[in-house]
Amino acid sequence: MTNSIADIAQADCIFVIGSNTTENHPVIGLKVKEAVRRGAKLIVADPRHIELVDWAYLWLRQRPGTDLALLNGLLHVIVKEGLYDQKFIEERTEGFEEVREAVEEYTPEKVAELTGVPARDIVEAARLYARGPRSTILYAMGITQHITGTANVMALANLAMACGHIGKEGSGVNPLRGQNNVQGACDMGGLPNVLPGYQPVTDPEVRRKFALAWGVEDLPGEPGLTVVEMMRAAEEGRLKGMYILGENPLLTDPDVSHVEKALKNLEFLVVQDIFLTETARLADVVLPGAAFAEKEGTVTNTERRVQLMHKAIDPPGEARADWEIIGELLKRLGSQGEYSSPEDVMREITRLTPSYAGITYSRLEEKGLQWPVPSLDHPGTPVLHREKFTRGKGRFHVVHFRPPAEEPDEEYPFLFTTGRLLYHYHAVISRKSRGLEEICPEPEAEINPADALSLGIEDGETVELISRRGRVKVKARVTERVSKGTIFMSFHFWEAAANLLTIAALDPVSKIPEYKACAVKVKKLLA
Amino acid sequence: MAEVTLTIDGQRVTVPEGITVLEAARRAGIFIPTLCQDDRLSPWGGCRLCVVEIKGMRGLPASCVTAVAEGMVVETASPAVIEARKEILSLLLANHPQDCLTCSKSGDCRLQDYAYLYGVRGDEYQGERHNYPLEEDNPFFIRDMNKCILCGKCVRACAEVQGRSAIDFAYRGFNTRVTPPLDVTLREAGDCVFCGNCVQVCPVGALTEKQRLWQGREWEFKKVRSICSYCGVGCNITLYVKDGRVVKVTGYENPEVNNGWLCVKGRFGFDYIHSSERLTRPLIRTGERGSGQFREASWEEALDLVAEKLREIKEKHGPESLGVLCSAKCTNEENYLLQKLARGVLGTNNVDHCARL
Ligand code: SF4
Ligand code: SF4
Ligand code: SF4
Repeated sequence: MTNSIADIAQADCIFVIGSNTTENHPVIGLKVKEAVRRGAKLIVADPRHIELVDWAYLWLRQRPGTDLALLNGLLHVIVKEGLYDQKFIEERTEGFEEVREAVEEYTPEKVAELTGVPARDIVEAARLYARGPRSTILYAMGITQHITGTANVMALANLAMACGHIGKEGSGVNPLRGQNNVQGACDMGGLPNVLPGYQPVTDPEVRRKFALAWGVEDLPGEPGLTVVEMMRAAEEGRLKGMYILGENPLLTDPDVSHVEKALKNLEFLVVQDIFLTETARLADVVLPGAAFAEKEGTVTNTERRVQLMHKAIDPPGEARADWEIIGELLKRLGSQGEYSSPEDVMREITRLTPSYAGITYSRLEEKGLQWPVPSLDHPGTPVLHREKFTRGKGRFHVVHFRPPAEEPDEEYPFLFTTGRLLYHYHAVISRKSRGLEEICPEPEAEINPADALSLGIEDGETVELISRRGRVKVKARVTERVSKGTIFMSFHFWEAAANLLTIAALDPVSKIPEYKACAVKVKKLLA
Repeated sequence: MAEVTLTIDGQRVTVPEGITVLEAARRAGIFIPTLCQDDRLSPWGGCRLCVVEIKGMRGLPASCVTAVAEGMVVETASPAVIEARKEILSLLLANHPQDCLTCSKSGDCRLQDYAYLYGVRGDEYQGERHNYPLEEDNPFFIRDMNKCILCGKCVRACAEVQGRSAIDFAYRGFNTRVTPPLDVTLREAGDCVFCGNCVQVCPVGALTEKQRLWQGREWEFKKVRSICSYCGVGCNITLYVKDGRVVKVTGYENPEVNNGWLCVKGRFGFDYIHSSERLTRPLIRTGERGSGQFREASWEEALDLVAEKLREIKEKHGPESLGVLCSAKCTNEENYLLQKLARGVLGTNNVDHCARL
């Protein structure tokens, strides 16, 4: 997030797109409600009737996969009506002219046709957002899990920069990160192209610094493979060995049958986890790690706040804290240095990572710190891009709408889209919680009453969903939450893995798979 | 901001205009008991335990809804005030099932604390008791309206913070009760999202986490601060621990993040850590890949095998034939070490995580 969680309550206009906030980031959902109660105007763009729709001043119900058309349409109105912030654009950005021309064709009428959102709502949303005075954007996977995911994010940045709604209290562009430490995993270099603190592996200076600290000659300088590319490489036999820490790609990856084939094809697979997950079952060695309450360490939340977890209990049996296990392996594989505690590891991190440089465990104790924290006396950074953007001037990007990689056709007439439910989170841990499992034990596919009627499907009946890649049986839930022609399903449940149906079409830049849209047909099962 | 100066219990205090007498007293370090007040909720003035004497004002105003004024003279513990508080507590206890012996809230109960503080035994009046059935049909918490003192905190938390308004006051007089509409249970009514924020604000034992029941007395729990393991909001939590088990989670009031509020996962979803399916020993595959057949191994054996195999593959096929997935569920330190292992030791940048999924 460019801004803070607490900051959301300061906004005058909140634009939520591709985020079912009250279910996926519930406590941020509370902040949004607080702002609305205080008088902020909420615009929700979502194909489903999510809870926040009931709090919204304006609901834009775009067809799944048409966000980019919608966003360009908003910018079109802002340009046409002269609602942009000329001063901000001149002083802080570059490339506006090209974008201004590019959005010319996205008239409200045309966008209405592409997205299904009435033209007057597009105009009104654009005005509300532009006028703020403090407007903030919240988005999540609904925006990124498309082949145009990166373009979608750029379109949001275009919108914010054009209106000068970034780098101030109450105004920003805020991705809501999914799992509890996605932000931290990325910060720490859990990505193929960067070392900790987003320092590029291609930069020889950076590599030299790390190599020196780690006591090795040099580090690899070519960016590596992404998770989806690794799976392909494994399937083709180019990747031979994998080490998977606390993840269950067999459930969360798009196109799971490929993943299974890929992992089975490995020569050697190590999985370190707290449960024998579907992925761990395929491993050669399974190492039992520790749950959050069983170890000390830091996690970084979606607003870049580094926070400290204390150890409350011991891991069960012989299970060990994950940092200890990896530390043991480092030692065995000849790495220098030993770590006596997570705090010890953090000291090494802060020496090598400028954005974490000012972090110590004792400073984190009360409220945590938002990076960048460049020095020990720096208070942290609640709002990013205040004076300038990371690269200096903010760059506008021309991005054009493309329809989803796979669209409904005669044979597969429904648009299929996925998401999470309030009571579960990425399947593994929430499903081992008795209460959460009891209240929400079964997968469901949401289908609009009109579609249900024409197929003769009743609420609660089991149906089969079929895509070009696979099929699953699932209970139908007849509800107005989804619009006609759309099927929604969550991906928490292995009994009916939604990802058997989804498509491994990747965003060309981020390599995020398109979970949010593919085509399926619905088959009534014979009783 | 304009300031006013007033006198509380003989002490002159200068505070910002517009705050309440209660807040002014707290800032001056003067204690005033409250049952229905919470800084994070709108003031209500319903329990009247926070009454004070203010010179020139009739009766005993509730300090939580009385604004400070220049020159005000306040007594927070005059005989009249103490008497009034005792009376309120006596009346509350007159209809209260006094089962502190087995009540989970004992030791962390405002009513119990104030009864002790003011020496109210609860036998001053013989009041009528309620005989409501327990509401136990949801998996997360029990609602025992026999113990409810009608402070309305849960109602306000649900409406003002959670924005659900799943519960409200119903009926009148002695029969007044906090309930979902139409007297059904929360689960039946369907508006509740089981965030349990009502449970956390309840000052007495009317709302209790199921997992916490019979696990120990409040004073036996070790309290450890941590961060919720479910989503990227990073809510601050307090773990209540006894005998190596986490028995309860509450929200910690970090005003920058969640200010004490949580959702159902963070508050009630922690029991997976005690699941009997947890892995407790390293495993080495014995059967076909995917058959799920393993044998238990020692750490020595498992780690040696992993190190040996990784080294062997690196030597035979080159570093590019190895890949590592970091974890969005592990700590920064752990992710750091794993990518160090990949880059610094195995020599590959094939490092990613599943969370872009
Ligand atoms: S659990 Fe949450 S939603 Fe349900 S009644 Fe309590 S505060 Fe309201
Ligand atoms: S249930 Fe608890 S919080 Fe709610 S009114 Fe009764 S005593 Fe107050
Ligand atoms: S309590 Fe809920 S909102 Fe807060 S971090 Fe946990 S899962 Fe997210």
